[in-house]
Amino acid sequence: MGSLKIENVKKAFGPVEVLKGIDLEVTDGEFVVFVGPSGCGKSTLLRVIAGLEDSTSGRVLIDGADVSVTPPAKRGIAMVFQTYALYPHLTVRNNMALGLKQAGTPSAEIERRIKIASAMLSLEPYLERRPAELSGGQRQRVAIGRAVVREPKLFLFDEPLSNLDAALRVNTRLEIAQLHRRLKATMIYVTHDQVEAMTLADKIVVLNAGRIEQIGSPMELYNSPANEFVAGFIGSPKMNFIDGAKLGETAKTIGVRPEHLTVDANSGAWKGTVVHAEHLGADTNLYLDCEKAGLITVRIFGVYNAEPGATLYATPDAAKTYRFGADGKVLR
Amino acid sequence: MSTATRSLPRTIGAHAILITYTVIALFPVILVVMNSFKSRAGIFGAPLTPPTAKTFDLIGYTTVFGQGDFFHYFQNSLVVTVASLFFVLLFGAMAAFALSEYRFRGNTMMGLYLALGIMIPIRLGTVAILQLMVASGLVNTLTALILVYTAQGLPLAIFILSEFMKQVSNDLKNAGRIDGLSEYTIFFRLVLPLVRPAMATVAVFTMIPIWNDLWFPLILAPSEETKTVTLGAQLFLGQFVTNWNAILAALSLAILPVLILYVIFSRQLIRGITSGAVK
Ligand SMILES: Nc1ncnc2c1ncn2[C@@H]1O[C@H](COP(=O)(O)OP(=O)(O)OP(=O)(O)O)[C@@H](O)[C@H]1O
Ligand SMILES: [Mg+2]
Repeated sequence: MGSLKIENVKKAFGPVEVLKGIDLEVTDGEFVVFVGPSGCGKSTLLRVIAGLEDSTSGRVLIDGADVSVTPPAKRGIAMVFQTYALYPHLTVRNNMALGLKQAGTPSAEIERRIKIASAMLSLEPYLERRPAELSGGQRQRVAIGRAVVREPKLFLFDEPLSNLDAALRVNTRLEIAQLHRRLKATMIYVTHDQVEAMTLADKIVVLNAGRIEQIGSPMELYNSPANEFVAGFIGSPKMNFIDGAKLGETAKTIGVRPEHLTVDANSGAWKGTVVHAEHLGADTNLYLDCEKAGLITVRIFGVYNAEPGATLYATPDAAKTYRFGADGKVLR
Repeated sequence: MSTATRSLPRTIGAHAILITYTVIALFPVILVVMNSFKSRAGIFGAPLTPPTAKTFDLIGYTTVFGQGDFFHYFQNSLVVTVASLFFVLLFGAMAAFALSEYRFRGNTMMGLYLALGIMIPIRLGTVAILQLMVASGLVNTLTALILVYTAQGLPLAIFILSEFMKQVSNDLKNAGRIDGLSEYTIFFRLVLPLVRPAMATVAVFTMIPIWNDLWFPLILAPSEETKTVTLGAQLFLGQFVTNWNAILAALSLAILPVLILYVIFSRQLIRGITSGAVK
């Protein structure tokens, strides 16, 4: 119930190839997150899975069955859109009911499902309102509710939180995580927010320019990125990349995460001057202009007082330093 | 407008310009309506003064209503206008939806081809149209007029509506598809309500030239049975004597239906013109 397999899917819009051969397997009940920079094809891939867009070649299998010629409504999927996409002329109740009515579900059953979904998402007070009379967060919950009542094999989320403000985003993120736990359904979630990716995912798929760069659990991607792109994309602040030649290394590029650097006022590997310090309370980000390594970011836990212009020495944790070859792949 | 952006000279200036324009635009209409209530001597003696007790005369209206068929002409005009309007909006919206929603070979070419009619006046084809109507036996039928006016209105309708339809959220249409709505339901239930202001704009622009047209009724349907109001009013235009009272009365009456239709659409129209400018 709810597995997905994608075999060598390609998609071109005219001469522009957007997906360049995607292979992916999602097992039942998994929470998979697609991340990648803007324009890399995340939404396109999701739309191909949903059947809203035909792939140029390749196959999509849901529960082992090829769905290439199945219309979206018959694929057993539900989708939540970034812009909510609620039907403006229908009440919340009818927004949720429409898909079920179309499928010929008996009205008692529709009523039951709406009741469960609206309780789950605290939507009961709003059932008779229209979308225009709801706040952004409520609208997005209705959109999620509309997906839940369909009881799909596969949930597809396309950046569902990106129109919400920061506080609401955290809440809704939590709701989605709970929803996944409660429904035990397979979910595919597109985002370019890596906090969402790291916190929600069982498995992250990193996409770049229409290709999959790496697939793995959040910690796998963090601890052993396959290449420079993934290393730079996962983790915040971003990993420092230093020209290997400057450090006298054989590798083309040396990568070290800001949290794997320590600083000392008197001695260390790289001498540098403080350019700027960001005090976040729980941690401090220092920007150092180093003689050997160039401009690097150092993340220090807790409060650290450093004035711009001061001289500091940064030392990388040798065990957590990555070496990348000329092709960007990690060297082991 | 907030007080901060309001200044007295500017307000006066703006109002002066708008009032001048209104007066110029309304002047001929008022003149027609005013004179339609006057006697013949009143019209010629003092055309610019409103009817007085001495010049007030309903002779024009009694002539028009006495000419028994005038209601029939009205009915013809109304049938032709409403039917043409209906087809222009229906087919225009459908074509616009197809052009803006579906990617198919020749999409752009088709759009250009359909928009060509905006630049080429349909009257250039009058002879061919007449031959066509004669061949198909449609001369002196309202159907002929409806067909011609539908063709005349479609290019602009498609052009305007496809621009608006492109702005309808893709996500909304896709949500409908996932919920199993057919393309027709998506078109009629989701897209059309959202482009209603644009539809009203198109309706007004389409309706007025059709109602006022004299050319095609004269050529394609001049029979007594199928005369429209504008053609009917010609009755009073003689070669030697012109019954001004009757003409002015007929024209005043002809304004009414358009005015009613306009009021129906105008609430939507205002939103149509300003939409996009203010969200
Ligand atoms: N209908 C279309 N016609 C032509 N090109 C398209 C179409 N839809 C998407 N593209 C192109 O495909 C590429 C991928 O688009 P897609 O929407 O999948 O990106 P994305 O990864 O979802 O980006 P974002 O994070 O900004 O949402 C983009 O370069 C876009 O310009
Ligand atoms: Mg996207």
